[in-house]
Amino acid sequence: MMSQLLSYLSLPLVHLILSLVVILAFLGVNGIVLIYVERKVAGFIQRRPGPYEVGPWGLLQPLADALKLLSKQLVTPMGADKILFWAAPILSFAPVVICFMPMPVSPMFTGMEMNLGLILILAFTSLNVLALCLAGWSSNNKYSLLGAARAVSQSVAYEIPLLITVLAIAFQTGSLNLSEIVASQTKGIWSWNIFVQPIAFIIYIIAVTAETNRAPFDLPEAESELTAGFHTEYAGMHFGLFFLAEYSYMIVVCAVATVLFLGGWHGPFLSGPFWFILKTYALILVLMWFRWTFPRVRFDQLLNICWKWLIPLSLINLVLTALLVKIVR
Amino acid sequence: MKIMTNYSNAIKGLLGLLKGLKITGVEFFKPQLTIHYPRKEVTNLATYRGHIDLVAKEDAPLEPKCIICGKCAEVCPSACISMEMHVKGEQSFASPAECRTITVGHGIEIPFSGLRLPPAEVIERELDSFNLDYNYCSLCGLCVQICPVGSLTFSKDSYLAGTARKNFEFDLLQRLRERSRRSSQTTTAQEKR
Ligand code: SF4
Ligand code: SF4
Repeated sequence: MMSQLLSYLSLPLVHLILSLVVILAFLGVNGIVLIYVERKVAGFIQRRPGPYEVGPWGLLQPLADALKLLSKQLVTPMGADKILFWAAPILSFAPVVICFMPMPVSPMFTGMEMNLGLILILAFTSLNVLALCLAGWSSNNKYSLLGAARAVSQSVAYEIPLLITVLAIAFQTGSLNLSEIVASQTKGIWSWNIFVQPIAFIIYIIAVTAETNRAPFDLPEAESELTAGFHTEYAGMHFGLFFLAEYSYMIVVCAVATVLFLGGWHGPFLSGPFWFILKTYALILVLMWFRWTFPRVRFDQLLNICWKWLIPLSLINLVLTALLVKIVR
Repeated sequence: MKIMTNYSNAIKGLLGLLKGLKITGVEFFKPQLTIHYPRKEVTNLATYRGHIDLVAKEDAPLEPKCIICGKCAEVCPSACISMEMHVKGEQSFASPAECRTITVGHGIEIPFSGLRLPPAEVIERELDSFNLDYNYCSLCGLCVQICPVGSLTFSKDSYLAGTARKNFEFDLLQRLRERSRRSSQTTTAQEKR
């Protein structure tokens, strides 16, 4: 009986489905935890307690919020493109599940080993912007449309330095397989790419902050100018899905940063999956720290940072890496 | 040359960002300032502006300093002060805030704005009630400023709460009297102890 079960487990399809289920459950829990943490961080930085009244230390607050979102009516605004309007939140959330498949949490826990894991993740994370575009366009609302337009131009701009820096890392390791990239950083802390390629790390962090639409680059949902940006018209679980997607993308980009720059599951001692999780959440905390420190940039500043600084810098970084790799080999 | 200043500016900017992070990072670990209201209350109310309140005379704690000049009611931009009074030895008359007229002594109506009651020495009068409709008060403080005898202050009633409009229509005279009675009771109780 047991051996039969185990043999089923080793079937690729069963393995795939199991990992998908685990990932989905993880994403739901992660969303709830991150919302709580975000509000606590915001509170602590502003010297207030954050959520406090619902449950001990406000622990049940995100659950209560989730319940509220679940029980709300789903409204479609007049004149909206109904099919696209309903599809957008789902399209925003669905690709993120796939991004976790090739993530090497530890040698044991990897959804699916694949040669082009990095490309897969980059391709699917950039699908999100299409969903935002759909959401903005189908809402029949000027704020949504403006938010979507901003999301697109921002994502298109910041995808370039992101890809170029990631390419530099790939040059260095000579592989697009995430597990192999981790394996190349096993010789102690100093072999981590954050020390080998510090500029790439900085560019990566800035670019993903913009990619995930987080402050100071949260122009697509700049509430003081656009009410809520692309999700102005969304209520209930529609909005909840966008929210979940946002936090899920945060964890994707932080997990990728952990793999690319922080040595994945390797730690100074006792390497294991908890190092991976620790590093990922530490990076997320840093992103939250950014959000509650920096004021939002103007749109021209946002594009200036990208086109005038990040892209040239990342190109220089890429060329230097290529040269060094050629010399060393 | 321009490129060099560009670079130095960018580096300065980056350092500025780090400085910002340091500030919020330090704030993160400082103790919180929130006071969890139903469990704790704010103690330092020195600068708090609650609703306005009458000030009692030093020698007679049941009587307000007010000389019933009507300036406060006139100056109030929200028209939330009105008072009822009577000339000594006569029936009481009112200055309803809504119509902004005062009926003086013998049934003569005076429009309130621009005209004040004659000085206290000319017509001696006594206060029956001093009504504040706190629903409309904007806490501007003009009445407190204009009162010639300092009969108005801001109270420190910071946890004032109610569920109906009626809860915020106060008779300040009554409030003053109740307050001084209560405080005299507590002082006598303390003396007895
Ligand atoms: S504080 Fe201003 S609004 Fe309030 S009663 Fe006095 S004058 Fe009127
Ligand atoms: S201004 Fe002062 S003295 Fe005059 S009526 Fe108002 S409270 Fe009384």
